[in-house]
Amino acid sequence: MIGEGIQSTNQRRHSYVQDRVEVGFFTDPSVCIGCKACEVACKEWNEVPDDGFTWSGNSYDNTGHLGASTWRHVMFVEQDRQKGNQIVGSTNGEDPFRWVFLSDVCKHCEEAGCLEACPTGSIVRTEVGSVLVQHDVCNGCGYCVVSCPFGVIDRRPSPLPDHGGAFKCTFCYDRQKSGLVPACAKVCPTESIVFGRLDDLRAHAHERVQHLKENGYADARLYDPTETSVRGIHAFFLLLGEPEAYGLPPKPQVPTIYLKTAWISAFATAIASIIATLAAFAFFS
Amino acid sequence: MSTEQRLDQLRDEAYGKGVVAGRGVDVAGGPIPRKPGYYGEPVVRPPVWTWEVPLYFFFGGIAGMSAVIALASGFHHVDLARTAMWVAVIAGAVISPILLIMDLGRPHLFLNMLRVFKHRSAMSMGAWILSAFGAFAVPGLIALELHARQIFPGTPDQLLRIAAGIFTFGAAIFGTLLATYTGVLIGATAIPAWFLHRTLLPIHFGTAGLGSAAAILELVGHRIAALNFLGYYAAAVETALLVWLNVNKHGAADRAIHQHGTGWIIRIGEILNGPLALVLRFFGFIPWAAISFLAGSLVSRVGWIAVGKVSGSDPESVFAAERY
Repeated sequence: MIGEGIQSTNQRRHSYVQDRVEVGFFTDPSVCIGCKACEVACKEWNEVPDDGFTWSGNSYDNTGHLGASTWRHVMFVEQDRQKGNQIVGSTNGEDPFRWVFLSDVCKHCEEAGCLEACPTGSIVRTEVGSVLVQHDVCNGCGYCVVSCPFGVIDRRPSPLPDHGGAFKCTFCYDRQKSGLVPACAKVCPTESIVFGRLDDLRAHAHERVQHLKENGYADARLYDPTETSVRGIHAFFLLLGEPEAYGLPPKPQVPTIYLKTAWISAFATAIASIIATLAAFAFFS
Repeated sequence: MSTEQRLDQLRDEAYGKGVVAGRGVDVAGGPIPRKPGYYGEPVVRPPVWTWEVPLYFFFGGIAGMSAVIALASGFHHVDLARTAMWVAVIAGAVISPILLIMDLGRPHLFLNMLRVFKHRSAMSMGAWILSAFGAFAVPGLIALELHARQIFPGTPDQLLRIAAGIFTFGAAIFGTLLATYTGVLIGATAIPAWFLHRTLLPIHFGTAGLGSAAAILELVGHRIAALNFLGYYAAAVETALLVWLNVNKHGAADRAIHQHGTGWIIRIGEILNGPLALVLRFFGFIPWAAISFLAGSLVSRVGWIAVGKVSGSDPESVFAAERY
């Protein structure tokens, strides 16, 4: 896929929605140039409102984090170590330094916390396996916000357009239905964002990690938490270094795993309260 | 304020710490990030809920447990049962839905809450529990009032009495869930300080609801031994929970409870409805014990939401919580 230029899956028309094929994003920071084309394309195509501008002082990143009005976010990670087998400085004694860019996006979890939490049925799973918010159904209860283990979905504040509802990446479901590739992948000039069939992408991602490791990127790894209760994500990442540096939880858990103990505690409290009240009126009347 | 001293001060800071932060120039990334995670950005999202939610937890708890008291007192204290059902209906079928709808981002779509039934969503379960509670409590109160005022004497009155019993029973069952599910609601989330205490939260919210219901009924004039016993019971359980909360620490993962001002809100709340309510009741200051308990259960609920905001904004808490 990489190197195929405009022949790649990123530019090809497809019928994944009609064929019910699981698709995904593979985002690879080792070839990202930090151009933010994905961020701009996402905002423009999806008509995501302007949510203000502040200088963060954090490298070249003034976006900060994903949210209701930011569905793609290019991170600028600065680390005091070498990037692969790069030559560090012109003279000895210079500190190693690397600058890594990663375009963050909704992970479209296999077990999605937001989808499980949504009380209105507004959040659904599509034919291609992505997680979609139906904006006309969402009543803005805010429960998905605290149920996402990645902090992706958020409620849009007033006075922005469509405020009060929860928003996140739609995986360009509208485009995919028409056989088009998501806007961010379409515009990516280096194919750091690759869109395609989930199985193909997983295989490609493993090859890519192997290739980087062989070429001196000792800390290259795949971020796809298949071992946790999230059971894998449909938008996975290649990382250089630890997930923490990218604001990604190393072991994300879907909050529904906490339901059992919490409900047992609730039922026990309910029964104890009934017994205490009945006892109070039986013995003190 | 720009003086030569200020410039010297900045130079000292730059020399000593290697970085100077100021308004608009929070150079977390210069040259290497010094904040945890990605420039200290939150990993999970803090709750967007505002003041309506802790207030709803408070009134929902009172309403639910009032229905339980109404059921238990119906046999011997009809007057108390009537008052308790009034409290249940006003707090649970009027105030609670209003607060919940106010908190929505799109209040006009509140009916979408009943669009689906999802047992794996505590929010969905809560919407159904609150609806079922209202559906039992309102007719229960009407039947009880008609019976107590002898509006339809004879056979209809007997039927009303039976109906009041059945509806009160239903309201009591859903009432216990209404008072406790809120603990599940915030316990089954991605917020570390909440999910680490998912066993404590339903016990705390439910028992605080029971004690608050008893306290309100005492304050409106029902000074009976049974309510006094419930006051002791609830305050004793809350005292035990205060101890548990301070023993069951998880380091950085739940430091929003132990190292932040927000934790003090919870602790002040727990002291008011735990040990202080217990002591006041022991020395016979019953109205003061009731007031202390009510204030404590409101304050501690405000505290739990505030803790969620701090904990959800703290990336280190999320990383640390993965060990538990």
